Amino acid sequence: MNSLDFSILLQAWPYLWSGLLFSLALTAAAFVIGMLLGTCFALVQHFEVPVIARIVRAYIALIRSIPLILVLFWFFFLVPIVLGHLYGNGRPIPIGATWTAFITFGLFEAAYYSEIIRVGLRAVNKGQFEACQALALSTFDTYRCVILPQVIRVASPIILSQTIILFQDTSLVYVLSLTDLLGAASKLAQLNGRLVEMYLVVAVVYLAISSAASQCVASLRRRYPLTGAHK
Amino acid sequence: MFGVLFEQTADGQRYVDWLLSGLGWTLALAFFGWWIAFAVGVVVGIGRTVQNRLVAALARLYVEIFRNIPVLVQMFLWYFVLPEILPTSLGDSIKQIPPPWGSFFPALLCLGLYTAARIAEQVRAGIEALPKGQTEAASALGLGGYLTYRHIIVPQALRLIVPSLTSEVMGIYKNTSVALTIGLMELTAQARQISEATFQTFTAFGAATLIYLALALIAYQSMMLIDRAVRIPGSTPAKDAIEPALADDVQPGAALHQGMEVVK
Repeated sequence: MNSLDFSILLQAWPYLWSGLLFSLALTAAAFVIGMLLGTCFALVQHFEVPVIARIVRAYIALIRSIPLILVLFWFFFLVPIVLGHLYGNGRPIPIGATWTAFITFGLFEAAYYSEIIRVGLRAVNKGQFEACQALALSTFDTYRCVILPQVIRVASPIILSQTIILFQDTSLVYVLSLTDLLGAASKLAQLNGRLVEMYLVVAVVYLAISSAASQCVASLRRRYPLTGAHK
Repeated sequence: MFGVLFEQTADGQRYVDWLLSGLGWTLALAFFGWWIAFAVGVVVGIGRTVQNRLVAALARLYVEIFRNIPVLVQMFLWYFVLPEILPTSLGDSIKQIPPPWGSFFPALLCLGLYTAARIAEQVRAGIEALPKGQTEAASALGLGGYLTYRHIIVPQALRLIVPSLTSEVMGIYKNTSVALTIGLMELTAQARQISEATFQTFTAFGAATLIYLALALIAYQSMMLIDRAVRIPGSTPAKDAIEPALADDVQPGAALHQGMEVVK
């Protein structure tokens, strides 16, 4: 057993920090894109929009059945081709691994968030819809001002837990050779050979962030119990 | 479209043979990993519900650690870090395990113990969803702690949580793909290799995607069958909970919901 030498961290820290910032940025971007798109997906299914609802359902089932790494490979390959057809003369437009990661995680997480919101929509009391009708609110206002805020509130612990999982999943951009927290550690480990220290530190950082976040979600749940949500 | 899969490769096989060998590794990882996960998960899940503070704290620690470190990082810990921090002779002999097995065993251990933490939470939710009267009736009959768990609590809890275990089954076979990062040539890795060898990316990834879809369907249907076979009579058909759709935190709630149905 070689002795551990954590003094190497002093040098490594700035690089690891920039990697961590990338992980957090990717998480935030995927959260925003995923929530917006996921809400649209859920509403499309809720309203049973012909054809589109079926496409959305098929997309969600597909995305949820295959590994995220395979999805990353798919998008890494497909996105330049699709962009080429949209904006170019049909020739693929390379956009680089970073953009691919942002697009992939946004589209991938949309499938998961939309399922959460879809279940949340079903949990809203029927009387809420009836009350909106009685107040002569338009469909748009009904959802924007009454229904969706309640759904988000009821589903927020689950949405946050999913976001913690998302944060952990961003480590998979390693397969695209990006420099997220894990990517930074693995590149440094190859340079300085201190692979044990690097990976242990990364594990501890992930553990600290994820469990702190989980504790927050748990205390949120205790403070705002979901009374009356499941009638 | 899939014609290229039946062409000869450089090593005299066909590309489809690469895919099938990848599928074999994926299935082996998922299957054996599942039993490790189930065994450890049930024990830890029970540990979280017992009176003994020390045992409960240890079980909680296990769940916190294994759930809050990304599975890819855990994979690296088992594969790169473990042989280094063990005594040198033992570490060296681990490093000398020949190629496919050298990455298969760490991956197996990693997936098994990672999934175990998630199963433990489901088991705990199942146990907590049981009405208190079950334990009280057991102690009225003179059963001790062990016998109560063995004959009353655990069998019922496991029957309750079958629907929520579905998503863990789906999770473990999807997570097998993470093993490609430590060099195991499972399904996704083989698909990538075929795409690099033939430049038929669409075909290669398409074939892998279809196989994963088939696996998802089989896993889902068999869990439905198991659920139908072992469901506690009188509990509601867990239509919502069985949808792998729900994020894992919905499921303890769903199990709870069923638990209340049992009381009625």
